[in-house]
Amino acid sequence: MAILVNSDTKLVVQGITGKHGGFHTAQAIEYGTNVVGGVVPGKGGGSSDHGVPIFDTVRDALKETGANTSAVYVPPPFAADAILEAIDAGVELVVAITEGIPVADMVRVNAALARSSTRLVGPNCPGVITPGECKIGIMPGHIHRPGRIGVLSRSGTLTYEAVGQLTGLGIGQSTCVGIGGDPIIGTSFLDVIELFAADDATLGFVMIGEIGGSAEEEGAAWIGANLDKPVVGFIAGQTAPPGRRMGHAGAIVSGGQGTASGKMTAMEQAGIAVVHSPSDIGVTMQRLLSERGLLDEARTASN
Amino acid sequence: MKVHEHQGKEILRKFGVATPRGKVAFSVEEAVAAATELGGDVWVVKAQIHAGGRGKGGGVKLARSLDDVRNVASEILGMTLVTHQTGPEGRLVRRLYIEEGCDIARELYVGMLLDRAVGQVVVMASTEGGMDIEKVAEETPEKIHKVWIDPGMGLTDYQARQIAFALGLKDKVQLRSATRFLKGLAAAYQDYDCSLAEINPLVVTSGGEVLALDAKMNFDSNALYRHPDVVEMRDLHEEDPSEVEAGEYDLSFIKLDGAIGCMVNGAGLAMATMDTIKLHGGEPANFLDVGGGATADKVKAAFQIITRDPAVKAIFVNIFGGIMKCDVIATGVVQAVQETGLDVPLVVRLAGTNVEMGKQILNDSGLRILAADSLGEGARLAVEATKEA
Repeated sequence: MAILVNSDTKLVVQGITGKHGGFHTAQAIEYGTNVVGGVVPGKGGGSSDHGVPIFDTVRDALKETGANTSAVYVPPPFAADAILEAIDAGVELVVAITEGIPVADMVRVNAALARSSTRLVGPNCPGVITPGECKIGIMPGHIHRPGRIGVLSRSGTLTYEAVGQLTGLGIGQSTCVGIGGDPIIGTSFLDVIELFAADDATLGFVMIGEIGGSAEEEGAAWIGANLDKPVVGFIAGQTAPPGRRMGHAGAIVSGGQGTASGKMTAMEQAGIAVVHSPSDIGVTMQRLLSERGLLDEARTASN
Repeated sequence: MKVHEHQGKEILRKFGVATPRGKVAFSVEEAVAAATELGGDVWVVKAQIHAGGRGKGGGVKLARSLDDVRNVASEILGMTLVTHQTGPEGRLVRRLYIEEGCDIARELYVGMLLDRAVGQVVVMASTEGGMDIEKVAEETPEKIHKVWIDPGMGLTDYQARQIAFALGLKDKVQLRSATRFLKGLAAAYQDYDCSLAEINPLVVTSGGEVLALDAKMNFDSNALYRHPDVVEMRDLHEEDPSEVEAGEYDLSFIKLDGAIGCMVNGAGLAMATMDTIKLHGGEPANFLDVGGGATADKVKAAFQIITRDPAVKAIFVNIFGGIMKCDVIATGVVQAVQETGLDVPLVVRLAGTNVEMGKQILNDSGLRILAADSLGEGARLAVEATKEA
């Protein structure tokens, strides 16, 4: 089960010959991800250092390989176009890792997504991993462990922090999704929450937000109304000064909107166990699982 | 990236957005010459800094003679202007904008920015010109009229008319002037990859012309590669020197007021580290994300920027290695300390990729380092270290 990606995922990598694309494709293959092709305009017909066939267009790659998912490592000036090409080719899931895509480009991608059935995760995200089955993105595979708890986050390393704590407690993960730190992203908190809610392999999940925007509030409202799985929440940026962009383009408190305290209150009202220190994410999930008699089940890998 | 009012107006004029005529001046003599050249009998002398609230802080003054221009210009130029956006330390005024006076019948507001929830750019207009728009949005949201721009179509004529009517601009001259203004503003926003365009106030003259009396333009830093003319407008005086230096090394750095210097990889973890320090009773001295692919040189530069701040009483390095390898971080830290020395306690927490190699490098260096196994422990040690110091 799990969500978004699994052992049936067939991946093409857009930008497979670039520095990042090449490195992370090697890591993905080593992890066991089924990488069936790469797309590099002008290099079609060749193959990558990993021995993966390269195609000129995403359409060609899909036709020849039957891929259903693409990973985008294309540099920022060309990344939005790469995503548009994947949408046009009808890729089911696009995971865009690229950081630094101009917002105006993403506004256009957003419009194209609305007309298509493609799901975009990212951009500016660590990617998606279903431990033991499929890794797409830049997260270190070795800190994960197959299991039953989902992890959902806007950030990269903070996700690793949560995963590291869970794994350290013997609690494996069903799927970990980094939705990205940009103001416009393809998949929202709410989208992933709904997927985790419907996934029988996911007993509960960790939700890690950041200051800025209102996606955490929307996700929390849905959880409050619809969900009965244990959820642990954390919001990064409780101490961030207003009006300053904290690294991620999306992480900014403006005009009193998007504050950490507002998000934490919304999450608490939805019945989410909100932790003030990120160090408490793992132990708090352990406690929730234990209270519901789910801890043994969570410690037994499902896949 | 931010630019000055006079630069924002220069861009807007290229798109047919009407503004009063004006000239920039870097000295009192230049200010008087600018006023002479502009002509007329009333001028506005405006401090140019990257912060709002200049009028209230005494940085915008009316002059009714050339002598007056001279007096007012010498008063404002070189002053330290304190506004609600500069912080208590204020900002030194290094340049002025001399503008012709204009006859104001009404003051309105128009602003453009990304609406994240919709994923489109929104135009917001309000009859409450000169007011803080955030206050208007909070107290009288019904006074803000919004239209969203389809990226394929841009701001359409009918949308521009909707905004004009909502602002009460109904007669023929007003309507024509307002639609031309709004469409120009929207085109400038789109063509220049703005992240914010705010005209507050937008004024209507008694003749029915619509003019931008002020202009605040911010640009998407991810898109600057396609706007070299905007990059040239950057005024480094308006930025914190340590943030400028960090930018040269492609480090994301923000100076804060606390005593614990932080070096972290990843924006989310960097914010979470600051939060944890605060939770243990300390205050972070900075936000610093060294990024995913940092080299030892970059780490060294980051470390040196942190240690140069005299307010720093302890340093907390918190790394969860993914692409970033712990041994690279450790090497950079050791090099930095060996080159520049270190007078304050250093707490290091390493986890993830190559963590054992990283710890080994730190141990072998002989440096006095407080090692932590978790984020919480590291934050606690750093806070305790500042209290002992």
